[in-house]
Amino acid sequence: MVSIEVRGACVEFPIFDAKNRSLKKSVLGRAGGRISEQKVPVVEALRDVDLSLGEGARVGLVGHNGAGKSTLLRLLAGIYEPTRGRASIRGRVAPVFDLAVGMDPEISGYENIIIRGLFLGMNRREMERRVDEIAEFTELGDYLNMPLRTYSTGMRVRLALGVVTSIDPEILILDEGIGAVDSAFLEKARDRLRDLVGRSGMLVFASHSDEFLVELCDTAIWMDGGVIREQGSLRDVLSHYKGRDVFENLSPETLERLDRAGTSG
Amino acid sequence: MAVPALARQDADDSAPAENAPSPRSWGRAFGDIRAAIAQRELWGHLGWQDIKQRYRRSVIGPLWITISMAVTAAALGGLYSQLFGQPIGTFMPYVTVGFMIWYFISACVLEGTETFISNEGLIRFLPAPLMIYVFRTVWRQILFFAHNVVVYVIVLALFFRQLDQPYTMVNNNPDAIVHPGLSWWALLAIPAFVLIVVNGLWVTLLFGIISARFRDIPPVVGSFMQLFFTMTPIIWTTDLLSGGDPGSPKAIIAFLAKLNPFYHFIEIFRAPLVGQVQSWTHWVVCGGITLVGWALALIALRNYRSRVAYWV
Repeated sequence: MVSIEVRGACVEFPIFDAKNRSLKKSVLGRAGGRISEQKVPVVEALRDVDLSLGEGARVGLVGHNGAGKSTLLRLLAGIYEPTRGRASIRGRVAPVFDLAVGMDPEISGYENIIIRGLFLGMNRREMERRVDEIAEFTELGDYLNMPLRTYSTGMRVRLALGVVTSIDPEILILDEGIGAVDSAFLEKARDRLRDLVGRSGMLVFASHSDEFLVELCDTAIWMDGGVIREQGSLRDVLSHYKGRDVFENLSPETLERLDRAGTSG
Repeated sequence: MAVPALARQDADDSAPAENAPSPRSWGRAFGDIRAAIAQRELWGHLGWQDIKQRYRRSVIGPLWITISMAVTAAALGGLYSQLFGQPIGTFMPYVTVGFMIWYFISACVLEGTETFISNEGLIRFLPAPLMIYVFRTVWRQILFFAHNVVVYVIVLALFFRQLDQPYTMVNNNPDAIVHPGLSWWALLAIPAFVLIVVNGLWVTLLFGIISARFRDIPPVVGSFMQLFFTMTPIIWTTDLLSGGDPGSPKAIIAFLAKLNPFYHFIEIFRAPLVGQVQSWTHWVVCGGITLVGWALALIALRNYRSRVAYWV
């Protein structure tokens, strides 16, 4: 059973400037008596977030830069525990914030596939079973024996995407980073990504791309200034956020594909 | 359960939301340790990767660790045996073993202070237990140490005959302590090393958490370790301090040397390997430090585990 329960959660970052962060300051500050009254300034990144997601949730996260999307994703992934309120996450989380995390430029593509899998919560044996399939998908061929530093950016993205889409997460958390892939490959990756979303028990996806959101999500959350401004069906939330109905402007091919996916799935 | 424990929240989490535990609970702290042990493939790999990265594309690679250790032991062993009038055949193994274990201990302390700071990128991207970074750091030191064991084997082969019989560490002094020479007691070095590793873990955990919050700690610890190196009998021996009258400067220094915790840790490991008798007080002191240290580290883990992601 996969679920995420968040109740009145706040995430506040203490901002230690160079002086505040030193031991001297906090020791001397106490001795002086006055400085200690000044608390460390705090940035409130999320405020009073209430959220309840269950099996099968496909949630898109929209909002302007700095609205708290990434922080919310990190809260849902269990990286930040709320400073007030609570968050309980049940299920194995696979967070994909940055395709480059855990990639070692000096080791071969094959090894990187394994390592990246370990980072995503798989074990070595499970990854070894998937290597061939990933190799085929990435079309990198013999290059997989070369150190990663010889790869172009596009090739790295292929590799990372190949690994990410091969795992079986219970809770999949995607940050917008995956949008930065060249469109030809993305066309191919799209199906795999949809498969992945179908396999995972829950998806939370932050993106600025309407097309992606429409394709992968059915509900949405609009973050604004660290609070949830609106939560509901994707079409409603996206329309309010953008101020227009995005479904009207989708290309006919996309709508057709969505239709197909809807009837086949 | 076949699925690995990454991000699998502790069982406490499944409690009804109304009485969900605060992030500061013992259950969460021990859950963190258990989850990290389950993920040994990850930190095991990361520790190896750290070593391989350091010697990337060098022809003999990690063998340099062994070579630099051998050079240090030969140079200091040769020089100080002459300065202090000590027989090289027994002083060289003494210095070698002392350096081996000192490197391990001081690296645990120094790199322990950096353990969360240097893993900042991973901590903010992965919902992994904190302890995997502690295990990564200590595992790396164990691998370094394993490379240095080779030097001990070589030195032992060279000077086995001097060590295999009763000997003294000081030339031309009839009062000097007579050491019994190597025996099966040497195997005591194994539990001694295990105890030192157990201590390395709490040191890394505790200093790592404190340093993540107070960034002045790493340089402070660095200069203290310099001081401790000279105060700990590594390139000198406590035999030189024996035989002083009570109240004499020699006896006072000998007493002060015993207050140095590093002395006891070095001694439990070194004495068996160079054929010296050791007092059981060293084991008692080390055992006590282990208990107190782990208690402090666990309290820090319980109270600040969830804060580290905010601090790094």
